[in-house]
Amino acid sequence: MFRTVLQRKPGPKYTSRILSREAATAYIFVSPAVGLLLPLVGYPFLLSLYLATSDAVVGNLGHFVGLDQFARLLRQEIFQQTLKNTAIYAIAAVAAKVVLGLALALILAGFGRHQLPGSRLIRAVILLPWIVPTALSTLGWKWMFEPQFSVINWTLAQLGAISYVSDLQWLGEPNLARAAVIMVNIWRGIPFFAINLLAGLISIPDELYEAADTEGASSFTKLWFITLPLLRPVLSTVVLFSLIMTISDFNIVYVLTRGGPMNSTHLLPTLAHQVGLMTGEIGRGAAVSLFMLPFLMVVVFYQMRLMRRKWQW
Amino acid sequence: MVARRTRRAWGYYLGVLPFVAFSLFPFYWMIVTSLKQNSEIYDLRAIPFWFRVSPTLEHYAFLFQRTAFLTWMGNTAVVAVLSTAAAVLMSILAAYALARLRFRGGETLGGAIFAVYLVPTTLLFIPLSEVIRELGLADTRWALVVTYPTFLVPFATWLLMSYFRTIPAELEESAWIDGCSRLGALVRVLLPTAIPGVLTAALFAFTLSWNEFIYAVMFVSSTAQKTLGPGVVMELVRGDVFYWGELMAGAVLGSVPIAVVYAFLLDYYISGLTAGAIK
Repeated sequence: MFRTVLQRKPGPKYTSRILSREAATAYIFVSPAVGLLLPLVGYPFLLSLYLATSDAVVGNLGHFVGLDQFARLLRQEIFQQTLKNTAIYAIAAVAAKVVLGLALALILAGFGRHQLPGSRLIRAVILLPWIVPTALSTLGWKWMFEPQFSVINWTLAQLGAISYVSDLQWLGEPNLARAAVIMVNIWRGIPFFAINLLAGLISIPDELYEAADTEGASSFTKLWFITLPLLRPVLSTVVLFSLIMTISDFNIVYVLTRGGPMNSTHLLPTLAHQVGLMTGEIGRGAAVSLFMLPFLMVVVFYQMRLMRRKWQW
Repeated sequence: MVARRTRRAWGYYLGVLPFVAFSLFPFYWMIVTSLKQNSEIYDLRAIPFWFRVSPTLEHYAFLFQRTAFLTWMGNTAVVAVLSTAAAVLMSILAAYALARLRFRGGETLGGAIFAVYLVPTTLLFIPLSEVIRELGLADTRWALVVTYPTFLVPFATWLLMSYFRTIPAELEESAWIDGCSRLGALVRVLLPTAIPGVLTAALFAFTLSWNEFIYAVMFVSSTAQKTLGPGVVMELVRGDVFYWGELMAGAVLGSVPIAVVYAFLLDYYISGLTAGAIK
């Protein structure tokens, strides 16, 4: 007690001691987290750099081969295919999630503004695809895409869009399989966009809309000149997050197609899993994963810049 | 005026309807299938959307009696509870230091933790599987208890850090003057005020661990050690044959605990979900 009171006394004599005590406490407090992350994130990261520049296979750490693995991968057809799949998957899914998520957020904001009953229940229902285990809900989708006995083809056949239920092999034909994988990603990701954009919408001051109303602005004008510009920080954060999550996705592809048919749905993680853990070429597998790194670094950089700008405000 | 308002309300309900239907239909279809008799699931002439013959619980019975489903559920619960508890404790301490204490390297550490938060689990699974082997944890659920905190701690630390910053520091400072240590002030003064933030972090950590699939597939392969996701996805498919009734029963039961937890804590969930983008 006495010591504490002494330390709280202002004066240069004690400042350095207080600081050092404060710093000591801080180091003790962060040590469990650092002690976890250094060996289980930092060390694996260095190990992945080592593995990717070696010809390691399971049980044999191999020799240094420089950038050979990366060069070989870039020449491989399956790898080029994977990069192409990733681009299609990320662009299509994120674009759809932005549009649908924004539409849903605007509707939900309307529920709040007019205090319509049921909005809590609706939000809970809307969030479900995001919260349940993706591997399990994707299994439900896999069953929906089943061509003979399931609902999608049955409905299309009833509507006369296809003549036999087995005509559309959703997971057996490259472009249909891509569409299927993208569809599930959109289904799962809409809630994340909608809820975050809704939070952004709510934070826009009402006065701006009231002022626009007195000027006789149309709904579209208000959306274009007030809502979207003010939503931009939230929107860019959400898009960046979603890009990382979409490009690094494993669950949906693994459960739905395992990368097939004819590698048309492979993404970097599923290919890395196949090459590194199934075939056992851990060096090459690590190199496949590392192709995500440049992209990840760009996102981290932009995200940090966005946050810093927000802090300055 | 009233008529216009009613019309507008109807417009909102009408607008949200397709989204609600899209969200819910897969769950509806999973539940209906899990309750159908096999003869009906594989009947080409049946209308798939509803029952024609009476519903049955045989797929659920099969899960409990003939598969390791309960073991997988137990493993999932153990892994989720332990990794959540460990991660939340470590994060509270780290977040307090980063939010309140001045120390050399603090800002760098905060930035590093944020960068790790953005690292997807699929970036490092190959070297991490080597580390797991070196630690002698390969093919055990302990591999998951140890690795899950690596993505829980960065998230929870970041969330708690921004939460702690919203609480005025004067509260703790007056506690020090009354003779409290730093740890004492944290436990007795800050944490009681920060319960909503801690609860949000715990809820998120629990959900993320319960739902985790990638490490669970990569690090564990024997039936007795598996968690729910890999168990249902890989072990209920025999040969190349998909038994959809059982698969859907497993998917429904595996999702229920999370849905229940979240039904009670929806508001915390939403505040956690938006914490990354807002603030």
